[in-house]
Amino acid sequence: MSYDNLDITKLHDQLQSGKLTAAALTAQTFADIKRIDPEIDAFLTLNEAAAKKAAAAQDDAGIEADKPFAGVPVGIKDNIVTKGLKTTAASKILNNFVPVYDATVVEKLQAAGAIIAGKLNLDEFAMGSSTENSAFKTTKNAWDHTKVPGGSSGGSAAAVASGQLPMALGTDTGGSIRQPAAFNGIVGLKPTYGRVSRWGVIAFASSLDVVGSLTHTVRDAALTLNVIAGHDKKDATTADLAVPDYTAKLGQSIQGMKIALPEEYLGEGVDPAVAEQIKQAAEQFRSLGATVETVSLPHTKYAVPAYYIIASSEASSNLQRFDGIRYGFRAKDVKNLEDVYVRSRSEGFGPEVKRRIMLGTFSLSAGFYDAYFKKAAQVRTLIAQDFDKVFEDYDFIIGPTTPTTAFKIGAKVTDPLTMYMNDILTIPVNLAGLPALSIPAGLVDGMPVGLQLIGKQFDEQTLLQAADAFETATGYQDAIPGGANE
Amino acid sequence: MISKDSVAHVAGLAKLAFSEDELQQYTAQLDEILNMVAQLETVDTTGVPVTTQSIHLENVMREDVAVNDTDVQDLLANVPTKKGTLIQVPSIIDKEDD
Repeated sequence: MSYDNLDITKLHDQLQSGKLTAAALTAQTFADIKRIDPEIDAFLTLNEAAAKKAAAAQDDAGIEADKPFAGVPVGIKDNIVTKGLKTTAASKILNNFVPVYDATVVEKLQAAGAIIAGKLNLDEFAMGSSTENSAFKTTKNAWDHTKVPGGSSGGSAAAVASGQLPMALGTDTGGSIRQPAAFNGIVGLKPTYGRVSRWGVIAFASSLDVVGSLTHTVRDAALTLNVIAGHDKKDATTADLAVPDYTAKLGQSIQGMKIALPEEYLGEGVDPAVAEQIKQAAEQFRSLGATVETVSLPHTKYAVPAYYIIASSEASSNLQRFDGIRYGFRAKDVKNLEDVYVRSRSEGFGPEVKRRIMLGTFSLSAGFYDAYFKKAAQVRTLIAQDFDKVFEDYDFIIGPTTPTTAFKIGAKVTDPLTMYMNDILTIPVNLAGLPALSIPAGLVDGMPVGLQLIGKQFDEQTLLQAADAFETATGYQDAIPGGANE
Repeated sequence: MISKDSVAHVAGLAKLAFSEDELQQYTAQLDEILNMVAQLETVDTTGVPVTTQSIHLENVMREDVAVNDTDVQDLLANVPTKKGTLIQVPSIIDKEDD
């Protein structure tokens, strides 16, 4: 028996009715992981002993009806700190780092009764689009093990899509939740910037980073956001706004909603077969009673260059803290203090991280700041204004999540620029701080296509409502690697 | 076109060291990335304000209250080398100068 691919609601029903205990579910989860993960390589660290203890305690406490996560195993991307459980950001520089506190999102999930099963692979410091930049292992796409799972939350996406877990947390700085969700045929939710606390998330680009979820269904994304959203005194960039019940509008009609489809999102570089799936999705929304009209987001093509300057600049500043002194890797046989810094960083960081530190340091350096960082931050304003204009007349925006389906492992890793262009459809959302979802939109040549829904700031509810209606109408989320969900 | 010398200068600022081969490779790659970035020059940004915070929060204030929620031993748990409650670092002066 296995609990492969059951969603949180179904697991909760079984746990609550007493058909299943948290202890049995957790034991089976680790059996599933040991059976499935040798092929997928999604996990960096397992939390087996503590998880089994927590599950038994949950059984003793009882499974309450209003706690959908009680006794449900979840995974955490390894750039989110977990007290007493090794957290590496998939970097050699944090190879032996054991956090002494929990991230706010981890605390909240545990308070909701979730069982932390383990930590999931990523591109080093979340910098990448294929999880090939991990210092430790190459995660495989759940649908085709010769292909990448996407990134940087590739471990989180592959673990959920391969049936090892119902939910994993990811982080999204330029598409790092949505792109792997699309590549693995699951639901990825990137909330509005500031909707979810970043306390305890190893910083990459602080003005862009957001924590979100990877799940099988839209309802599970809503359930997760109910738990993790909200103001946090420990993160001054969180919004002090009430958290609605994100499941409240699920199942409601989307009759009369106005949807925008930007012409730039179906343009050059987008695989025609992917574009075709998106056009069919637009038809689906029309048949559900919404209108879909073509609009323009004219600054879209500048998002990738603006993003790489801004994200790399912030990263170069954030990653200064890795100096070999207080924690993390310290180089051996150093001559002096300067040598500790330079050698620990040079030996500890991988090539992509160094590339971004270099680009960011250059962009912020004397004589180049105005031409690079300031210019990019101005273009960022124009990109946000493009969205503002569209949202004056439309409820949300649709488009593909990625220009293509998943590519082969090794195909792009030696060419940084080609790799960067993967994120052309997801990056604008981060620059503008908007919420977005990627949901399954069918298959092309046996590989999943992601439909992206982009909403107004703090309007996750409309996105979830529309995505749920689409999911109910199409059933695309029932397709799983190797056949339909049984 | 970014020069190898500029890349070496930036590496110094970033506290990174590269071999000659790496320096060549990073110079070529950064040059390619900066060429891609150069298309930003074609955007008219006259009078456009910068965005550094997308949800427009400003000057978030709170009371400065001291809390003692992490034990000293916990804070030092990941220190590579320590003496008591002090972090130990190599000598600041070159060993050759000893």
